[in-house]
Amino acid sequence: MTEPLLAIRNLSVGLPAGSDRPFAVEDLSLTLEKGEILCVVGETGSGKSLSAFATMGLLPTNLPKPTGEVVFEGRNLLALPPSERRKLAGSRLAMIFQEPAAVLNPVYRIGEQVGETFQLHTGLSKAEIREKVTALFREVRLPNPEEILRAYPHQLSGGQCQRVMIATALALEPAILIADEPTTALDVTTQAQILRLMLDLRENRDTGILFITHDFGVVAEIADRVAVMRHGRLVEIGPAEQVLNHPQADYTRELLAAVPKLDPHASREGLGEPVLEARGIRKIFRGQGFLGKKRVVNAVDQVDVTLRRGETLGLVGESGSGKSTLAQCVIRLIDPDDGAITIAGGNFGGLKGNALREARRRVQIVFQDPYTALDPRQSVGDAIAEGPVIHGKKKSEAMTTARNLLAAVGLEPSAADRFPHEFSGGQRQRICIARALALEPQLLIADESVSALDVSVQAQILDLLADMQKRHQFGMLFITHDLRVASRICDRIAVMRQGKIVEEGEPARLFVDPQQDYTKELLAAVPGRDWQHVARAENG
Amino acid sequence: MKKRLPVSVIIAATVLGVIIFIAIIGNVFTPYGVTEQNLLARLKPPAFLGGPEEYPLGTDRIGRDMVARLVAGLRMSLLVALAGTAIGAIFGTTIGFIAAHFRGAVEEILMMIVDFQASLPFILIALTLLAFFGNSMTLFIILMGLFGWETYARLARGVVLSAAAQPYAKAVVALGARPIRLYTKHILPNVASALIVQLTLTFPQIILLETSLSFLGLGIQSPNTSLGQILGSGRDYLSTAWWISVFPGMLIFIITLSMSILGDTLRDRLDPMLKQRNT
Repeated sequence: MTEPLLAIRNLSVGLPAGSDRPFAVEDLSLTLEKGEILCVVGETGSGKSLSAFATMGLLPTNLPKPTGEVVFEGRNLLALPPSERRKLAGSRLAMIFQEPAAVLNPVYRIGEQVGETFQLHTGLSKAEIREKVTALFREVRLPNPEEILRAYPHQLSGGQCQRVMIATALALEPAILIADEPTTALDVTTQAQILRLMLDLRENRDTGILFITHDFGVVAEIADRVAVMRHGRLVEIGPAEQVLNHPQADYTRELLAAVPKLDPHASREGLGEPVLEARGIRKIFRGQGFLGKKRVVNAVDQVDVTLRRGETLGLVGESGSGKSTLAQCVIRLIDPDDGAITIAGGNFGGLKGNALREARRRVQIVFQDPYTALDPRQSVGDAIAEGPVIHGKKKSEAMTTARNLLAAVGLEPSAADRFPHEFSGGQRQRICIARALALEPQLLIADESVSALDVSVQAQILDLLADMQKRHQFGMLFITHDLRVASRICDRIAVMRQGKIVEEGEPARLFVDPQQDYTKELLAAVPGRDWQHVARAENG
Repeated sequence: MKKRLPVSVIIAATVLGVIIFIAIIGNVFTPYGVTEQNLLARLKPPAFLGGPEEYPLGTDRIGRDMVARLVAGLRMSLLVALAGTAIGAIFGTTIGFIAAHFRGAVEEILMMIVDFQASLPFILIALTLLAFFGNSMTLFIILMGLFGWETYARLARGVVLSAAAQPYAKAVVALGARPIRLYTKHILPNVASALIVQLTLTFPQIILLETSLSFLGLGIQSPNTSLGQILGSGRDYLSTAWWISVFPGMLIFIITLSMSILGDTLRDRLDPMLKQRNT
């Protein structure tokens, strides 16, 4: 057998003293072949990104030096002097990151930034470089490469930026491309295109790709082999087909079970009277351009929403579709320009001042990022009790309610005395749900409430929301960009695009027989669709 | 994990502590009163330069003990600076909160006033007001309070705007809280660190301002005294009795320097941006 392209042997990366575990990566061994896509999968803190950084020599300086071997083209990268290593990084090994817009320098034109790689590593003339860059842009299928050369990063979309990054990474024909969650920040349809691009690269250039992701759907789309990591250790490694369909390790099985699947179920029976009726909601954002040029964005454009007691309506759309703006209009965190909102039979849209504050108990919201949704200087108990206290309950009674709610959302009642930073992301989201439910609202808005969480935690929070809904019978407006997540919990799904609801229906109908092209496009872009069909068929 | 404090900070804190201690109880130990004159012992040099033993730091032009003068001046300077800083901080912060809450026209007008004050040399405003309204202790302290309020207003407006955009603030609004509850219970505690740092920056500036005005004779008036006033009273004797000006000058220098060092450290500790970069 020939040498693998990249061999990581017994790699360990320590953590600074005082961390929750001694090693970020512990005794990791894996190989990457030419023309192979190896997906490294794991949840937050599994050490998947740090292994990649160690390979590239990009570890944060506060970490101790990694031990073990990273062998590439017969040389141990970890033992090379820094100058040698820098030469390899960028030319033979290249890396792309999650936030492409943050990697590009906003004050330079795209062409200059990509051309810089050639200037540093080759002796080509300006015209030759330009030609090379244009060719690369064509290869990563950027439309109008000539125009993009002259553009500034802010003029490109997220997907275009990521293509530019990939083009830069490919500039010097690297043998290995390390991709660290390159599609996580992108919309599904864009993600599908980038994934296809990865497959093309493997095909046309024989590049070895180390693809880091948390999403098994993505894995199913592109992986040849899969490595599953947890707490810095390798749990399982093997061919994609085997790991995805016949996992050996319990942890892999757990993870796979938690992956949300497109589930074409029907709406639940026995729903109550309407709790939310929104008619003709419209919100226009007017921006002033630099030289007085007016920009008008129809964020929400004449949208009607009806939601009944005990029902969950999913609002699905890509970034900028207006789904969050609609939610903020419904809960009156921003005022709609037009439209009527009725919540639990009472007018809500036209209220002002004290009447509005009083009515706010009927509708509550759970935000996306559990790390910023809680006041860092307020104890958890106080946070949950705050709503009832505002609405006239005695502090002691409200604290009792808070403790009961903490137990109901699966935390210790003693958590009431602690502060948000002592909890994990999932636990914080439970606290946010408890805070929202403390007022016993008739309508709960979940704005991307599980999007920032790991799949296993995501599944738990979705279960918690469903369970709470069963108990308290609130209507839930569930906003997400992920059709798979929506399908798990929603009775009906509304697809939004450019401020309008383009299609609405029960998952049973929407997934099986979508009417609009855009819905079809969204469905086709869901990563790992085919694999899940296979899996379901095999499991009966 | 807390890093150990650098030596400079420990020294600065100790020096400030000693100075404040002296300002509070120093007069108990001085044998002479602040206004006690001894015309036979005028302009005597400090004891270590051959002056009389009973005046360790010498005497001024009408034979008052420099030690007693300095203790009294120190106390007055610190009190005025403290009152001025507090007034400016509370007033400016309130204006900032109001601007951030109401936005629109209210914000525009308030920020215009802020820009207006920021673009005029404050000493000019102070001189004009003192000339118009005559000198009084109350007016003087109010003037000290007016100094620097615009920096608090600007700072507070900025940090409040960004804090109010945080999901936790929105969640509190969605619970039905009144604005006053949102601002006092949630936003103020979260932005306090930035304001406290600003406090340590304006405090030395106010001491310097008090010094300049008193030096010009428009600040603290006899029989009260302050470091600036003592310094100013020595300006005619710089070549013959330098100690009258140099000792208060040194005290002012030490206070402002120590305060600045402490302020820098506080900013490093409390600034959330810097904190993020370190972890």
